[in-house]
Amino acid sequence: MIPAAFDYVRASSLTQAIDLLRNDPDGTKLLAGGHTLLPSLKLRLASPALLVDIGDLAELKGIEISETGIRIGALTTHAELFASLPLNEQLPLFRQAAGLIADPQVRNRGTIGGSLANADPAADWPAVMLALQAEIEIAGTSGFRTILARDFFVDIFSTVLEADEILARINIPRPTAGTRFVYRKIRHPASGFAVVGIAIALRLSQNLVSEATIGVTGAANHAFVGEDAADFLIGKTLSRENIDQAARLLSEATECLSDRYASADYRANLIQVELKRALLALTP
Amino acid sequence: MSQAPAIRQIGQPLRRREDFKLLAGKGRYVDDIKLPGMLHMAVLRSPHAHARIGRVDLSAARSAPGVRLALSGQALDGKIGPIRPNWIIPGSKVPSRPVIAIDRVRFVGECVALVVAETLAEAYDAVGLIDVDYEVLPAVTDEEVAVRDGAPQLHDNVPGNITTIYKVRGGDYQKVSREADHVIGLRVVNNRLIPTCMETRAIVAAPELDGTLTVYIGSQVPHMHRRWIAETVGIPEHQLRVVAPDIGGGFGAKMHLYSEDLLCPYLARELGAPVKWWESRSESHQSTSHGRAHTERIEVAFTNEGKILGLKVETLGNVGAYLSNMASGGPTVNTVNFGTGTYKIDNYEAISRVVVTNTVPVDAYRGYGRPEGAYIAERAIDAVARHLKLDQVEVRRKNFVQPAEFPYRPYGSMGVMYDSGNYQGLLDKALAAFDYDRRRSECEALRGSGIYRGIGVAAYTHMCGMAPSRRLAVSGFDRGGWESARVSIDSSGRATIYSGSMSQGQGHITSLSQIAADVLQIPIENIEVVQGDTRQVQAGHGTFNSRSMAVGGSSVHVSSQRIVAKAKKIAASMLEVDEKDVSYSAGAFSVPGTDIPPVTFSKVARMAYVGHKLPDRLEPGLDETVFYDPTGMGSPSGVHLAYVEVDPETGIVDILDYVAVDDVGTLINPRLAAGQIHGGVVQGIAQALYEEVSYDADNGQLLTGSLLDYAVPRAEHVPNIRSLFQETPSPTNPIGVKGIGESGSIAAPPCMVHAVLDAVSPFGITHLDMPLTPPRIWAAVQEARKGAGQ
Repeated sequence: MIPAAFDYVRASSLTQAIDLLRNDPDGTKLLAGGHTLLPSLKLRLASPALLVDIGDLAELKGIEISETGIRIGALTTHAELFASLPLNEQLPLFRQAAGLIADPQVRNRGTIGGSLANADPAADWPAVMLALQAEIEIAGTSGFRTILARDFFVDIFSTVLEADEILARINIPRPTAGTRFVYRKIRHPASGFAVVGIAIALRLSQNLVSEATIGVTGAANHAFVGEDAADFLIGKTLSRENIDQAARLLSEATECLSDRYASADYRANLIQVELKRALLALTP
Repeated sequence: MSQAPAIRQIGQPLRRREDFKLLAGKGRYVDDIKLPGMLHMAVLRSPHAHARIGRVDLSAARSAPGVRLALSGQALDGKIGPIRPNWIIPGSKVPSRPVIAIDRVRFVGECVALVVAETLAEAYDAVGLIDVDYEVLPAVTDEEVAVRDGAPQLHDNVPGNITTIYKVRGGDYQKVSREADHVIGLRVVNNRLIPTCMETRAIVAAPELDGTLTVYIGSQVPHMHRRWIAETVGIPEHQLRVVAPDIGGGFGAKMHLYSEDLLCPYLARELGAPVKWWESRSESHQSTSHGRAHTERIEVAFTNEGKILGLKVETLGNVGAYLSNMASGGPTVNTVNFGTGTYKIDNYEAISRVVVTNTVPVDAYRGYGRPEGAYIAERAIDAVARHLKLDQVEVRRKNFVQPAEFPYRPYGSMGVMYDSGNYQGLLDKALAAFDYDRRRSECEALRGSGIYRGIGVAAYTHMCGMAPSRRLAVSGFDRGGWESARVSIDSSGRATIYSGSMSQGQGHITSLSQIAADVLQIPIENIEVVQGDTRQVQAGHGTFNSRSMAVGGSSVHVSSQRIVAKAKKIAASMLEVDEKDVSYSAGAFSVPGTDIPPVTFSKVARMAYVGHKLPDRLEPGLDETVFYDPTGMGSPSGVHLAYVEVDPETGIVDILDYVAVDDVGTLINPRLAAGQIHGGVVQGIAQALYEEVSYDADNGQLLTGSLLDYAVPRAEHVPNIRSLFQETPSPTNPIGVKGIGESGSIAAPPCMVHAVLDAVSPFGITHLDMPLTPPRIWAAVQEARKGAGQ
């Protein structure tokens, strides 16, 4: 279909983009990869008066790896995250997750910032950000603020972003050496989104879990951290019993979504099955 | 000129001659057609499944920028329409279907009003300004609910929402069911599908300076569309030219008559300008016909040994809000006539009810009725094997119609006759290719270690290659069953075939050339094929019902024979011998047993056009047109086997192998034939595992409104398909071919369901309805475990 008419501005600075947002917060939308926005415009589910294209903003681009951590610009595409060797040397989770997002055409355009800001409850990056204990850097009228990814997601398609704020960067602390990662996902057969997706960062010391973070997507209104399950695992071996108990705790951590395709019971089961399989994959 | 082919062209796996253009991005589809001054139509569709239409306010739309016209149904009432079905089963109650809804809407997506504007964007904008008052009525979407007392009624002349009742009977089912060792019943759902074409529907209607009208439309049936549009809009048929350019898939959905097909021609004439309409994907989901949508109740009576004595079927076929083009025939003749499948079941009793509901009209989709019919026979025989704990293969073998019984009339039917076949041969070939015995033991062995594998078997036959025209009259068709081909030889001996068949991806340019090349004995590259233009192609019916090789191909064969017959007369005159002494081989006419130098086909062609030395009373030219009316229909058959692994923890099905052995008679092109099997099997797997249209039962909203919800399989969802053939030539046509296009979509659904049921049989699961989605399988496993106290 054809979108309703709108004005278009290609922003030349972050400040300009923020100003435009502030002028008309309800009528303005940011255009990054466009893979959620453009279909909703074409279906006329959204008809903003103004699109602000942030594609030129250099400060939102690039992957920087330093001693302390990794900074990823919001405009980085899924394909770039998939392909970046230095990034995946540190955090192979990016390649694992990016390779399961939609298809190559979408990955070439869609951005990580767009995905996080859109907060689709079944998107992949939120779970990954939670497992990596990422921090989201937000640009607003009075400069930058940061928030932990775990505090960023509020509800279905809803985050702490104010109408005049822009998700600028993602900061990920450098993982402890020896940390292992896994992302597992059951794809919806039509949309390719996660029916359930689980990201894990886990470190073992002498066969005992010394660090564990679990992020879950697809199952609830928004991605969440499996805190009880992770805490339970600390100091324990990855025995069958411990894995089972962690899986139980993880599935009890949320009220699962229920839709036409999958019931809440099915999702709760997938959380358990997928966590078990993920942990088995991490067992030496 | 190059020499005649040394080898027979029929049977050669030639690559498709039509592909270069398409692969190079040079295809020309309807949406590629852009004409000067072209206007754009957009349609306002009903947001309600059932409602009375009050006031339709078009004033804001009419004054919007670029708008040339805005209309509601009232304005067209009595001018064009109604849309009549082309196949009406005798005794059917046919609801009146206006081109645009007038006082009532009956499904979400029905046309309520339209706008024509200078740009598509303006047309969409203006559609958004149309204001309609609706009084919402109770809706019904499910066929079982629609026939209950007190269900919402759709049409005054269709009491109980049933348009058609159709009965089939052979032998005495009641008697054998009393005498049988076992009688079991099952209820199966044939899930509603969306025939997803890569190219959605599109149409451009363009008035010409000479007063005629050209209509560009993605049509499987250009000549039938010409007649239907002419009759329904009121345009003299000879002043209407229908052009079907390249088509991105049809599968049946592009052989019906839709509102937009009538609106564009009407509006183009009213406005004196070309009018284009193009269907978005989400519009397609709610306006292009759906497929399947049946519920069947089956009863099967059988002996302790697994011999089926009788079968009883009750079909409810959901046809949506109106009777679309062929809708009354699908759940009736096309389904229950074939309910006994490949099995000798002498006692058969079937009743089919055609039911209207507040949903998108349902019509032909690849296989139309035969997948539903085969599903009845196959689910029944699989249930027998399961009930008696007999091997699924042996039960089939025991019940197959035997090779010596062909031509075979199942249950003494007058209407159904299977011309030929060898089901045992198909089964043996399939089992060998599949390595059945080894895999059977593998399944059993793995179950102990918690790996759930299963084997599915399905056999099918049907009738296709529609059809002797007289037979179509009996079953209520307003069309004939012939196909037309003109073979025109130019003065150099090259050929142009004008075929009434219409390729939508099948590869007719290649296969029809192969048929002609064998008779004409000229190289393939000296043959062109023209389809899809009623101004160029003399007449035709088009492509559906797996008929294009059996009927369209036969007409090319026969007209090529007439060319050779005439050429032989001319050659005799040139050689100054008697015609009966002339023989034609390798592209040259010669007189065997003499030293008279032969004369080539191209020389004869030249003579035909200069006319210098023709026999007395023979007209010049070498150009023959045939209307080939078949004398019977062919019966393809096949046995398919699938090997799957089910993960009981997630319900996910992994397809490990798929073997298809099909008997489609003589193979014209094995490569294209395998392609047809692959495509059909993929659509069949899609029905079995992925696709299902859902409606909200309370308000009739379409829940699978886009490809985000409706799961069309991607490459990762389907296995490598191994396609093998057995050739039993059909005696019903001169080239011995049977239809092929629908085979895969008929065999694959039961085959996949049986494989999954076999895999989960250790849990005691005996029934699942399509699509077998992971959540559905998982829930069944949970239920079974709970029942077993696990």
